[in-house]
Amino acid sequence: MLGLNKKDTTLLIIVAALTLLAPFILNPFPADSALAQFNAGYPDLMQRFVIFGIFAIGFNILFGLTGYLSFGHAAFLGVGSYSAVWMFKLLSMNVIPAIILSVIVAGLFALLIGFISLRRSGIYFSILTLAFAQMSFNLAYSVLTPITNGETGLQLTLNDPRILGVSATADGSIPVTNLFGIEMRGTYEMVAGPWSFQFNTGYYLCAIIMLLAFYLAVRIFRSPFGMMLRAIKSNNTRMSYTGLNARPYALAAFVISGMYAGLAGGLMASMDPLAGAERMQWTASGEVVLMTILGGAGTLIGPVLGAGFIKYFENIFSKINDNVLHSWFSFMPDGLEDAMVALVYPFIGKGWHLTLGILFMLVVIFLPGGLVEGGQRIMRAFKRRKPDETSSETTTEPAE
Amino acid sequence: MDAIILQILNGLDKGSAYALIALGLTLIFGTLGVVNFAHGALFMIGAFCAVTLSKILTLSFETVDETRTDFLGNPLKVKTPYVEAWFGPETGGMLIDWAVPLAILFSIPIMIGIGFIMERGLIKHFYKRPHADQILVTFGLAIVLQEVIKYFYGANPIPTPAPDALTGSFDFGVLLGFDPNAVIYPYWRLVYFVFAAIVIGAVFAFLQFTTFGMVVRAGMADRETVGLLGINIDRRFTIMFGIAAAVAGLAGVMYAPINSPNYHMGMDFLVLSFVVVVVGGMGSLPGAVLAGFLLGVLESFASMNEIKSIIPGIDQIIIYLVAIIILLTRPRGLMGRKGVMED
Repeated sequence: MLGLNKKDTTLLIIVAALTLLAPFILNPFPADSALAQFNAGYPDLMQRFVIFGIFAIGFNILFGLTGYLSFGHAAFLGVGSYSAVWMFKLLSMNVIPAIILSVIVAGLFALLIGFISLRRSGIYFSILTLAFAQMSFNLAYSVLTPITNGETGLQLTLNDPRILGVSATADGSIPVTNLFGIEMRGTYEMVAGPWSFQFNTGYYLCAIIMLLAFYLAVRIFRSPFGMMLRAIKSNNTRMSYTGLNARPYALAAFVISGMYAGLAGGLMASMDPLAGAERMQWTASGEVVLMTILGGAGTLIGPVLGAGFIKYFENIFSKINDNVLHSWFSFMPDGLEDAMVALVYPFIGKGWHLTLGILFMLVVIFLPGGLVEGGQRIMRAFKRRKPDETSSETTTEPAE
Repeated sequence: MDAIILQILNGLDKGSAYALIALGLTLIFGTLGVVNFAHGALFMIGAFCAVTLSKILTLSFETVDETRTDFLGNPLKVKTPYVEAWFGPETGGMLIDWAVPLAILFSIPIMIGIGFIMERGLIKHFYKRPHADQILVTFGLAIVLQEVIKYFYGANPIPTPAPDALTGSFDFGVLLGFDPNAVIYPYWRLVYFVFAAIVIGAVFAFLQFTTFGMVVRAGMADRETVGLLGINIDRRFTIMFGIAAAVAGLAGVMYAPINSPNYHMGMDFLVLSFVVVVVGGMGSLPGAVLAGFLLGVLESFASMNEIKSIIPGIDQIIIYLVAIIILLTRPRGLMGRKGVMED
């Protein structure tokens, strides 16, 4: 179907089902229950899942296929956000022109940076991209303040021209982002017994765009072009000895992944129309590297899993405070309870980054293929054991 | 003229910090062939060694002074640091005042220890892995170290003053015949520069004039042959890792009075130090030092108002711009050796 083989079609359908049914899947616990804090089915978080999913899919096209480790990808995300917000300020509140512009601008920016950076490879490439991203970040903070509005970040105001739209709504407030009149913030709430599910327009727009982006990535992975990129990763020297200039291919991959990042930035601005320089900082670039590695670089589904995993736990872990911990361990004797809380406390709440850092190190050390490789190992272990055991054991699902 | 001298001086202290960190990075890279993204975190830990020592020295007990009262009329509670009680107010006060220089002695064993643990416990397993994996695992380690420090010391910068005797400024211009107050330079920055020069000199002397250093240099040139001669080169490289960690730590200790330490100061310096290493030439120790000072001075020149008015924003990007130009025109950096990291 759609030019994909059977396996990829299945994968695409699974991803489509997961994203489109996310409001149900991510809300497994009734709204009033104690476990409701583990629900992730609210619009803001779901939007972040898919937007960072797009970002990571794009990064994976560069890093996973060609092996070029860029430490400056957040710059493209930031540029995309800025151009989208400018479109909202100047043209109209419709998200389509904003997203298109952000993809184009990020693509051009990536073309420039990639053209220079790809002259070097290995660690030099990483440092060059890092230098470019830091440079853009510093510029956005200082000299480019007329364009980026410096530390405050770029925001919509009532005085913006908005040629095709209105500067202010009838009641004098700033208009909201929309898709031909359908407001992005619009949310339909479905209440079924104790459960409540939220369906958000913005989320579904992002989800559909992510599915398109994912489909495109699958096609790139399976195309001769993707094969060429993989050849760059496995042996670039041999490629050049066969008389083939690999740089245009690498540059194309760089620009494509930059455009993905711009798309993510544009969507981010469409959901919440503001853009700040901190989106370009190198910690943000590090985050997308983390997502890709954690999920599994070079695999199709890995980056999406990694993005979802990190954003979910970031959100859940940050919400847990010591009261919640005390209630979890309340079944223990008092002294032990306090000890457990003291032990776990550094890793939750504000300490989420510590957990993330440790997790990241563990993945790089023990599981270089990320979650996907972990899943495969578990599957293989089951398959190997199957023929020996005649008894039909209940197979446990690998925990996500 | 006086403005130019002032800018050179201003660039020197930042340049010293870049040079020290870049020296450590190059030592690790040249010996072990590992790209250490956690080196900035070592710099930060050094600065927090100074913070810790000054906190330990100011640990106090409370006594109630019946003769005086506070503004509410209650007896005044007086805090006396233990060191003042033990050594008398004179010596104790001086110890507290000189906490930062004392922290040099305090930090060296700690930093060498951390370096050993890092190399034996983690980096050792990454020699055969690709550079991307090394970058990623040390990046993760940097996050962890940073967050641990944040957990214990909080997110806010902790002011750590220099000793009183060295807090003033030095009127440098008078020496050179300019008007008074034309070129004013804080003493501590001068101390920092001299200290950095001594540390750099010591590292070079150690490598150049000792048998140990000779073996290490031989190992940097050809590790396999040195190993075949029956020398345990791995152990020596581990020691070099410890020394590199100590150099970064010392840079951090002495930097504490210039910029109040906070948990992410290392990351800010790390990015720039990598740029410095690349400009100087991967694997070249003199290159790292030279590029460190050069970029420090260039950065402070670019922040002069005269230059900023011609090219706005140049002070923010000058280092990156120089790095990009150098990498494109002289891919090996200023003093890079042939055959290092060329793929």
